[in-house]
Amino acid sequence: MDLAYTDQQKAFREEIRAWLAANVPAEPLQTFDTEEGFKQHRAWEAKLNEGRWGMVTWPEELGGRGCDLIEWLVFEEEYYKARAPLRVNQNGIFLLGPTLMEYGTDEQKARILPKMATGEEVWAQGWSEPNAGSDMAAIRSTARLEGDKYIINGQKTWSTRAVWADWCFGMFRTDPDSERHRGLTFILVPLDSPGITVRPIPQLDGLPGFAEIFFDNVEVAVQNRLGDEGAGWSVAMATAGFERGLMLRSPARFQETAKRLVQLYVENRESADRDPSVRDAVIRSYLDAESYCLTTYQTACRLNKGGKIGAESSTNKIFWSELDQNMHGTAMSILGARAELLPHAPDAVGVGTWLDGWLFAQSGPIYAGTNEVQRNIIAERMLGMPR
Amino acid sequence: MDFTFTEDQLLFQDSVRDFLANEVTPERVRASWESDSGRDDVLWAQLAELGLTGMTVAEEHGGLGMNELDFVLLAQECGYVALPEPLVHTALVAVPLLQQVGGDLAARWLPKIAAGEAKVIVGIAQNMLVEDAHVADLLLLEDGDKLVAATQEQVTLRHNASVDPSRRLYAVELGAGATTVAAGEEARCLVAGALNRGALGAAAQALGLAQRMVDISVQYTSERQQFGKPIGSFQAVKHHMANVAVRLEYAKAPVHRAAYAVAHNQEIASHAVSHAKLVACEAANLAAKNSIQVHGAMGYTWEVDLHIYMKKAWALANTWGDAGLHKTRVAGRIFAEGAALGAGATFG
Ligand SMILES: Cc1cc2nc3c(=O)[nH]c(=O)nc-3n(C[C@H](O)[C@H](O)[C@H](O)COP(=O)(O)OP(=O)(O)OC[C@H]3O[C@@H](n4cnc5c(N)ncnc54)[C@H](O)[C@@H]3O)c2cc1C
Repeated sequence: MDLAYTDQQKAFREEIRAWLAANVPAEPLQTFDTEEGFKQHRAWEAKLNEGRWGMVTWPEELGGRGCDLIEWLVFEEEYYKARAPLRVNQNGIFLLGPTLMEYGTDEQKARILPKMATGEEVWAQGWSEPNAGSDMAAIRSTARLEGDKYIINGQKTWSTRAVWADWCFGMFRTDPDSERHRGLTFILVPLDSPGITVRPIPQLDGLPGFAEIFFDNVEVAVQNRLGDEGAGWSVAMATAGFERGLMLRSPARFQETAKRLVQLYVENRESADRDPSVRDAVIRSYLDAESYCLTTYQTACRLNKGGKIGAESSTNKIFWSELDQNMHGTAMSILGARAELLPHAPDAVGVGTWLDGWLFAQSGPIYAGTNEVQRNIIAERMLGMPR
Repeated sequence: MDFTFTEDQLLFQDSVRDFLANEVTPERVRASWESDSGRDDVLWAQLAELGLTGMTVAEEHGGLGMNELDFVLLAQECGYVALPEPLVHTALVAVPLLQQVGGDLAARWLPKIAAGEAKVIVGIAQNMLVEDAHVADLLLLEDGDKLVAATQEQVTLRHNASVDPSRRLYAVELGAGATTVAAGEEARCLVAGALNRGALGAAAQALGLAQRMVDISVQYTSERQQFGKPIGSFQAVKHHMANVAVRLEYAKAPVHRAAYAVAHNQEIASHAVSHAKLVACEAANLAAKNSIQVHGAMGYTWEVDLHIYMKKAWALANTWGDAGLHKTRVAGRIFAEGAALGAGATFG
């Protein structure tokens, strides 16, 4: 055990820090849940890519830096410290990208990855359907093979950033007689295909952060199938595995929130301490964010040395999503009567982005597999309790 | 950056785990409850033979010359079996303290500790009572602004019964003849170090205890049937256990980091120990709460083994600094002006 960064890791940190200092926009971008904000974030992805900072974990020949997990954590730390824009194409870069590298054909990789890297093509995920939420194997949308095309019909929903995204990936039932996990195929669909209707769904903040996607005899070239026909479930599990694993929410994000929470508490200490539970909640939040960081580093080091990550990764999603809720809830308590004010309200002094964060924190225990489903997985697969 | 244990450290953990699983059974722990001293000389001799009592003793004094980081995984295993013997105390508190004191005292006692021939027990004011004072061949006691050394003849002991029958606690009254080992600032530093190492040991044992309670509960709920099914198949029962697994999973790395920080004398050591103690004891307390719940009335009995581990977890939560002390230390650090917080600050 040696809990110090190597000179190489330190140099890497300096390099990304310097680049971000020179390039992160002085004014925060508009949220990518607006048309203008989406464009701004797309442009930021292009800029990141120019500096070869877009996909640091991708191999060098694909425009990445071949970073290992520790370097990725360092990158994320600097990225969040610099308050750089959120990643509009995270579905592509962190989920589909690695899945394509594993399951894609050379033609698919060459066609898809470069445009993903530049932000020219932004990706949405299409798993959920009105009747297939937690029970993803209940998917009903169909894809029928005709010659060299699939004809897709059905409906996806809750698809994040689908309003302005260019493509979506997801699972469709290719075998009409199949049930549950069998007979599903992983297909990539251009969202400008004829027969597609995207209907925006306003989220808690009123902005269309996700959308329904209707498919009416949509034709998709068979080259857009990822993996074998009928093998969709195992390809999707690889994608969900990445998602549940380390890449979705790096510790840096929560550590920066914890830091801001400590600062908010210190600045408002007198009023905050009228509720004695607030101080305790701040201390707990800070420690949990640190625990999340330490545990992630320990896991990353284990994986770097050839270790494997198993069902225990389901603890990850629960830990960070509850932490995020606790932190923002505590901030709301500290802000008191100001907490409910929208940031542009004239008397909303010093409210920062806490309200926005509080709203978004409500979704953490729901998306990427609800926390109840994660608890089932932990109990059955990690602890071995009976089904 | 390498946050993993070495092959050797992991192998040592495995062999100690196997040894303890065979020797320190629940029956043997219960037997210790019934005996006068509560301590088992045969077992202590076995532990010495394995090199465990001398693990942190320097090689020049007949030990293995290892540090707190080498021992932390073993402390977890001691927790897993609720070992009644003062092994964690010896390796993490008594030996390092003697080594810091040095001189004749160290030269005289360390070889005996390594050989399993003597027990040295440390008592600090923070703990109120001194565990295992009755079996100590030498006591090192915080006494006002001094650290003193005393033998059994130089003290009067008053036994205090604990909820955990394994714990033998004593109020120690100093009589004539005790010698001063250190005073003033030096004594304060030695006592502070002992507190940190004791807290680290408690945290590591809490991890083991929590794991044991989860294992016992998973097994019980897989066997016990109600409504025609194992109760472990009910989601409410599963989620009780999953909640423990989550807190436990995220308490391990803080304990390992604390052991590293103590072993390397890092500036962050006290903070890291407080962090570790808080989250590990919290995980163990949650394990106790949820484990008794999924056992139903069985969990409320003397006969079922769960309480062996549950009671030790409760006791450890308030020794070597209770939550109040450790939270105050954390608060002192993070609420200080100019504190280094946030992304990238964890490893300094
Ligand atoms: C902000 C946000 C973004 C999203 N983005 C996307 C996206 O980009 N693409 C996409 O495909 N989907 C997306 N989703 C959808 C998300 O994956 C689903 O919401 C999630 O899988 C849960 O499904 P559901 O909403 O239908 O809830 P339901 O499955 O109806 O669940 C409702 C409640 O019942 C509980 N429940 C259900 N089944 C069980 C069970 N077996 N055991 C115990 N409890 C159970 C759930 O835990 C939950 O509390 C997003 C959701 C949110 C909130």
